Amino acid sequence: MGTVGKAPLDTQQATAGRARRRARKQSMVAEVWRKLKKNTWAVGSLIILCLLLILATFAPWLTPYDYRVQDYDSVLLPPGKGHIFGTDNFGRDIFSRVVYGSRYTVLIGFGCVTIAAFLGVVFGLISAYFPKLDNIIMRSMDLIIGMPTMSLLMLLIAVMGISITNLVIALCVTTIPGFARVTRAQALTIKHQEFIEAAVAMGASDARILLKHILPNSWAPIIVQYTLGAGQVVLSAASLSFIGMGIQAPTPEWGLMVSQGRVYLRSHWHMAIIPGLAIVLLTFVLNYLGDGLRDALDPRLNK
Amino acid sequence: MATYVFRRLMSMLMVLAATTMFIFTLMYFVDGDPALMLLGENATVESVEALRKELGLDDPFFVRLGRYMAGLARGDMGISYRSKRPVFDELMARYPTTLKITLGSTALGLIVGVSAGVYSAIRQYSLFDRIFTTISLFGASAPSFWIAMILVLLFAVRLGWLPATGSYGIEYWILPIFTMGLQTSASILRMTRSSMLEVIRQDYIRTARAKGQTEYKVIINHGLRNALIPILTMAGIKMCSFLGGSVLIETVFALPGLGKYILDSVTFHDYPVVQGGVLWICINAIVITFAIDMLYGFLDPRIRTMYEAKKA
Repeated sequence: MGTVGKAPLDTQQATAGRARRRARKQSMVAEVWRKLKKNTWAVGSLIILCLLLILATFAPWLTPYDYRVQDYDSVLLPPGKGHIFGTDNFGRDIFSRVVYGSRYTVLIGFGCVTIAAFLGVVFGLISAYFPKLDNIIMRSMDLIIGMPTMSLLMLLIAVMGISITNLVIALCVTTIPGFARVTRAQALTIKHQEFIEAAVAMGASDARILLKHILPNSWAPIIVQYTLGAGQVVLSAASLSFIGMGIQAPTPEWGLMVSQGRVYLRSHWHMAIIPGLAIVLLTFVLNYLGDGLRDALDPRLNK
Repeated sequence: MATYVFRRLMSMLMVLAATTMFIFTLMYFVDGDPALMLLGENATVESVEALRKELGLDDPFFVRLGRYMAGLARGDMGISYRSKRPVFDELMARYPTTLKITLGSTALGLIVGVSAGVYSAIRQYSLFDRIFTTISLFGASAPSFWIAMILVLLFAVRLGWLPATGSYGIEYWILPIFTMGLQTSASILRMTRSSMLEVIRQDYIRTARAKGQTEYKVIINHGLRNALIPILTMAGIKMCSFLGGSVLIETVFALPGLGKYILDSVTFHDYPVVQGGVLWICINAIVITFAIDMLYGFLDPRIRTMYEAKKA
């Protein structure tokens, strides 16, 4: 009878609370996955993205040739037997270079957007929660957004110099404002809800309110922005490498490979077009997945 | 309307000033002595010092910033290290090329994108809609330089209908404008479709049909007119984006435009041109945004009223 032989009441309540929260989280994730599954193309995009990530991770074991080896007996071969994507002007296998190049694209693309997401979310939360800092943060973000992206990237690289680190920094600078805006908009909506008022009344610190209450309810647009932002970063990185302000030779970056193949476009189109197709494929699946996630996370589409 | 125009103009000038300060501050930290770059490596120490004094290069940061902004108001963006000519003159020599491609591609993008987007919206889920939605996402995902190379391969190399590079006649502009026009129309198609889908579900559209209005007038006069604002916003964004990204198209088609010139200036460390060129592109972007804002006020009386009510 009573609580003899049972766990104390507060522990029972804590356990029940954790179970309820776990069920809520699972059902939210499950709900989004259930909606996303209905969109066949979005699921297809997710599968292709996973395949690309596997290719990038296991590149050294999946490529038939070493991407650096120059075979002067096999220069500028068209796609065919032995070299499924052909070879370039140094006799290097293009398939191996495209697969190995996916490492740089994936690392830079997802690395930049992850750093930008982290910083952008921090700026967005601070801007939404502290009105005195809102103006300065948002005007700075508007300044960056107002400048054409390629111009700002070229300016930053001109000032900092050409290197992978500077490329990452420049790409992060142009990606942060998108996350800051989206986080701020969502946080402003949540900030005025009653459970936040209750948390303040109970004496919760600002950091606790931001991290435990506002941020967990703001994930949906941030995830969509992450996917779409990754697509933009991949395109920007490839564009910078194409004009010689990104990754330098002999690294097998896709944009750089398109640039190197341009000289041989008339006679050996495969050198430029095939790496470009890889850029298109990755950006396409990221955009399609982003659109699918946006639809799956949109509460207005609840049936 | 006058209040709306005035408020937007003031806002535009503030953004211009902030952008100029931002770009000047960034370029301030670039390595190298401008006087030495202008005179060359064989210049004497005395002549470099004299030029530094003449240009005021040892003045405090804010004095140099104020001087640059005052010069900007007069059209003075400094002197190019490479050509020793005023930066503004060098930029203006190349600006028409970039402007032609940007305006041409935006016009083409609006014509194709809006038409296809409206049809796609009124025939939602049809085969046309599915094909064009996928193609437009493909177009929006593909890098402009890759699409340019595909078109060069098809129309210049394989078919021989159009020239691949240069700018010697009107036929040389077709491929560059077509390339960027295709990309613009992809984005505008998506925005038009999404905006029209929201508008044609409104009650006033049903009312217009119930009153016996022709379907054409319902879609165009009532539907498209109300859907135009996001479409124009997208067109403005794409114009600004292409002004900055014109370097990619100008590289593929060997056009003597602004973007290619700025890129070459970065390579040759001609920093006044980089600073002036990026600033000029930003000024264009700000003016385009202002023009689009003015169009909002013209198209939608509610936006004008909102600004006038704020003043009251």
